[in-house]
Amino acid sequence: MPEPREPPDLLFRSLADPTRRAIFERLCREGEQTVGALTAGAGVSQPAVSKHLAVLRQAGLVQDRHEGRQTHYSARLGALSPLLDWTSQMTGFWQNRFDHLEDLLKRMDQ
Amino acid sequence: MNQASTDMRSVIVEREIPHPPEKIWRALTQPHLIAEWLMQNDFKPVVGHGFNLRTTPYGSWNGVIDCKVLAIEPHRTLTYTWDSGDGPLRVTSVVTWTLAPAGTGTHLRMEQSGFRSDQPQNYQGAKFGWQNFFAKLEQVLARAD
Repeated sequence: MPEPREPPDLLFRSLADPTRRAIFERLCREGEQTVGALTAGAGVSQPAVSKHLAVLRQAGLVQDRHEGRQTHYSARLGALSPLLDWTSQMTGFWQNRFDHLEDLLKRMDQ
Repeated sequence: MNQASTDMRSVIVEREIPHPPEKIWRALTQPHLIAEWLMQNDFKPVVGHGFNLRTTPYGSWNGVIDCKVLAIEPHRTLTYTWDSGDGPLRVTSVVTWTLAPAGTGTHLRMEQSGFRSDQPQNYQGAKFGWQNFFAKLEQVLARAD
């Protein structure tokens, strides 16, 4: 059976490479960075970092912002939401709904 | 080839609420009140009644949750199925509300049990060490809030 090319597959593939994963994790931890700054800590050449960033961008995991001659990259954490354990997603959802429920109960008094 | 996970997972949210069970029960079972705190719906407090909860579509999800009332014990418990999504993002679950008097208020408990077929931990997980990756990532996300 052919594998459907679901977005999660693209995410998994783009994060399967350890160098790429390290770049992405660094953007998550440290916020927006230029290619130059990322190269300094990556242990690979700047063109290699740029290629990795292009793959991450294609998967929606990073976004770029041009400022002068510099390109700044930042992580798009929302792109990971399909992959995160649904229990943590649902816990957040229900906590939020409990808040709404309590607001409603207060209004029902009036 | 199907390695879909079948392990059950639970989400439990509990809270002491300073309102009596009878009043909370109304908020849990009257459609116009459910709409105010949960979602638009066509709920009826009848065992076997099928209903939908509807929210804004998100990405490839149509925003519809298919539900069916499984059990009702007025002012005490309410159980319904909660199924949504399709393909790899399908969620099949059961939501159980439990109301217990606590002083002048109520101890309200919601448990959602179910499973999704593409838990990242099970998706070729061992091969790439995803489990570790996602654990770290969730810490990052928690701090980002």
